[in-house]
Amino acid sequence: MALTRRAALVLAAAAIAAAGCTKSDPPRSASAQAPRTPPKTYSRDPFPSTYHRYPGAVTAITGATVFDGEGGRIDNGVVVLADGVVQAIGGPDTAIPAGATRIDGSGKWVTPGVIDIHSHLGDYPSPSVEAHQDGNEVTGPVRAEVWAEHSVWPQDPGFTRALTNGGVTSLHVLPGSANLFGGRGVTLKNVPGRTMQQMKFPGAPYSLKMACGENPKRVYGGRNQMPGSRMGNIAVMRQTWARAQEYKRKWDNYERNGGEMPGRDLAMDTLRGVLAGEILVQNHCYRADEMANIMDMAKEFGYKVAAFHHAVEAYKIADLLKANGVCAAMWADWYGFKMEAYDGIQENIPLVHNAGACAIVHSDDPNGIQRLNQEAAKALANGRRMGINISDEVAWTWLGINPARALGIGERTGSLRAGKMADVVLWNGHPFSVYTRPERVWVDGALMYDSNDPKRRPVTDFELGQPGEGDVK
Amino acid sequence: MKGSSANRKTLQARKKSVRAELVEALSFSAVGKRSKALRQAQGERWFAGLLLAATSLLAAPAFAQTVAITGGTVALGDGSEPIEGGTVVLRDGRIVAAGRNVAVPAGAQRVDATGKWVTPGIVAGFSRVGLIEVDAVSSTNDVSAGNSPFSAAIDVAPAINPRALAIQVNRAGGVTRAIVAPGTAKSIFAGQGAVIDLGSDMEAVTRARAFQFVELGETGADEAGGSRAAAHVLFRNALREARDLGRFSSPISGGGGAREPRANDQRDLPLEEVPDNRLLSAGANRPDDVLLTRFDAAALVPVLQGRQLLLVHVERASDIIQVLALKKEFPRLRLVLVGATEGWTIADRIAAARVPVIANALNDLPSTFEQLAATQSNVARMRAAGIPVALGMINDDEARQVRLARQQAGNMVAVGRVPGASGLSWGEALATITSAPAEAVGMGGEIGSLRPGRRADVVIWSGDPLENSSAAEIVLIDGVQQPLDNHQTKLRDRYRTATEGDLPKSYER
Repeated sequence: MALTRRAALVLAAAAIAAAGCTKSDPPRSASAQAPRTPPKTYSRDPFPSTYHRYPGAVTAITGATVFDGEGGRIDNGVVVLADGVVQAIGGPDTAIPAGATRIDGSGKWVTPGVIDIHSHLGDYPSPSVEAHQDGNEVTGPVRAEVWAEHSVWPQDPGFTRALTNGGVTSLHVLPGSANLFGGRGVTLKNVPGRTMQQMKFPGAPYSLKMACGENPKRVYGGRNQMPGSRMGNIAVMRQTWARAQEYKRKWDNYERNGGEMPGRDLAMDTLRGVLAGEILVQNHCYRADEMANIMDMAKEFGYKVAAFHHAVEAYKIADLLKANGVCAAMWADWYGFKMEAYDGIQENIPLVHNAGACAIVHSDDPNGIQRLNQEAAKALANGRRMGINISDEVAWTWLGINPARALGIGERTGSLRAGKMADVVLWNGHPFSVYTRPERVWVDGALMYDSNDPKRRPVTDFELGQPGEGDVK
Repeated sequence: MKGSSANRKTLQARKKSVRAELVEALSFSAVGKRSKALRQAQGERWFAGLLLAATSLLAAPAFAQTVAITGGTVALGDGSEPIEGGTVVLRDGRIVAAGRNVAVPAGAQRVDATGKWVTPGIVAGFSRVGLIEVDAVSSTNDVSAGNSPFSAAIDVAPAINPRALAIQVNRAGGVTRAIVAPGTAKSIFAGQGAVIDLGSDMEAVTRARAFQFVELGETGADEAGGSRAAAHVLFRNALREARDLGRFSSPISGGGGAREPRANDQRDLPLEEVPDNRLLSAGANRPDDVLLTRFDAAALVPVLQGRQLLLVHVERASDIIQVLALKKEFPRLRLVLVGATEGWTIADRIAAARVPVIANALNDLPSTFEQLAATQSNVARMRAAGIPVALGMINDDEARQVRLARQQAGNMVAVGRVPGASGLSWGEALATITSAPAEAVGMGGEIGSLRPGRRADVVIWSGDPLENSSAAEIVLIDGVQQPLDNHQTKLRDRYRTATEGDLPKSYER
């Protein structure tokens, strides 16, 4: 939405300029170029973020081992948080502002907040009752008009567990994979809100969730509808992209030249956004050969896949992923739950990384999101056992800058750099150890979790008055 | 008003796998089979060296040899803390001695485990290992049988495939035994589960018909027709039919069928296998008003008599209390609670009933209304109350990922470092995935620890076995060294680099 917002501002500025012209400039003849009133168009941001950061004290964490999320490591490091951003990061001689709250991080680790690029929290919330199954619009294989954000239940207790046990500060909530075009995904700040808009990451681009492989063809083939096969999957996707190109031509022409406003199609709005580079494609895909097909299709229609999700066979085409600049978001060790996951191996993540491609650890799971650090640790160790020696701090890119970039928020969060959002976790030990948990978590510089302070532990509406309310979960 | 049956089935599937993209596999599967599981350098040089040594030590005739594993950090699996520089001595497939100051017998072959950790093999506390190759491929999924007329009579033993990928992969992950349960389909009774080993031979079953598995929570309510009350009536009726059948008949084979149980002490189970009670004589008269097939009723006779364990899956506190109350009505029942997510809220009652628990370690979400009090402190709080607690994977990757048990145990230590939470000591945590599950199914004398006389299921680890960075390097089952390579390790080796060499990838192996 950064782009769309900017576009809106430009339009607004143009309108003001045009108005200014009519005031101060003498009227021009009809033969002169007509004053260009931009054609009325649709909002790219009808459900704008109302997120605001909560107050935070100027805070300096000292003496900790810092993984900066971009591959850097600082021993005995200092991280200063102020005004919602990382004010400074450096060695022990880093200047600490007078009056800052000092936190002794010796023996502890500091990382940027974990980012999960694949979550269904809010859309498949707890309790997982039928009334809460809002993650898949299983009524047609092309449902690009639905937006995951409209299913998000902000009271899902899963958000709180992801924060307190997982150190997750941003997450991308996607529609499910029943459909070829599942709809738009939304990036959230992991700060509780009464509304989805209060959680919405300001300025983050939307994504389009797509899916290849078994799920769409099974869901619709089982109803004797297209697609009923993998070739049917691709055919429906290509036909849809061809329609989207036509839609985009009409609207581009209208927004440039005016005339009669073309008909609106909400699904096509999303696809047009992809073709315009404003909306990022997050593509569920397991098998290597299918990922190759998807990348060719993307070239055919002029868009780019940001990341393949699940990507159980990414290791077989790590070179292709690198060449195409497509990330792979993966589990550490899942395999075998379905046919297209049969070739899952424990070294997928390090093999992809080692080939120079962009590797991401994702959860797709309300429990897994609580231990993404441990998933990265297992993958890292399995890589080392086969001789792929990746340092701990470089492996943190799988949870830091890589998912941030694949979500289009890499300039804002995902790593600890001066000026970036102060999304920070202080861990009570090495974050790749099974024995380690978050001690404190800041989001935009506000302390949202403190393991030593029960008042800094969120309890959802749903859990109030229930057995175990406010318990350490 | 509850949803339609189809919806409830879907719902239950979703409970078990919130992964959205997996959900469809269940909900919309054309085959409609109900899979509960749908849900799945330097060290190397050392390894090679030890492997060579160990291979020569433990090759065929070596089975009868005495082997001493020395120098490693030894954890017995019985709840005690690890011992640095410990020794493990094994002979004839059994543990002779393990611990500190254990003498190495003269002539013993030594395996140097300096810098390594040595533990009993992991025992998967509740699993479906060996019953599934690919969850969503119904032809490979033998967990439940929705179109079978049978329920309690179902015996998983013949369905176990020792060559299942999950057996190979989890063996490589240091899991040596597993408690394998069937899943329910159309009855609250799933059938009889087995204890198996994960060895590379074709004889996987350690004990067939080790227990009967029954659902008495939300799932049970669904299977019984829609309510918990109906499930309890169905349960009582089933035991009545078993009692009537048992009264009028006697087994035609498999001695000891009518023997009285020794005691209600669950830690004192007889070790012999329960006979196949489907072989009860055909002469038994049955009244007309029966719901169970003869085989199903016969299968519940040993449950009623206390000769076969009854594993009961319940999560909600009130459901647990109702299950414990069954012992008043059927005093010989030998119960094991499976799940018990809300157990910590009534831990004193479970402890007083002396019923062991097999729990999911990391349930901390109110994923259903029967798990509202879920917390990762559940296991440690129940332990602190004196309840024997083992870890299991209840409807959560239990067919393929039991190797994650050690990560879960490690997390039970981690949670103890969070203020206000409850955790386990390291030794207790290891016990929850070794001796505790073995004891829960009455096999603590055979497996699950390095105490003398136990089967020599021993794993040598690269480091602390509960840590994310560690891996199994040598796995012994009954004293026999196991192969650790499999489909996955071969794929790894083939794709060390993704690109082709002189020939296509299919030629690389």
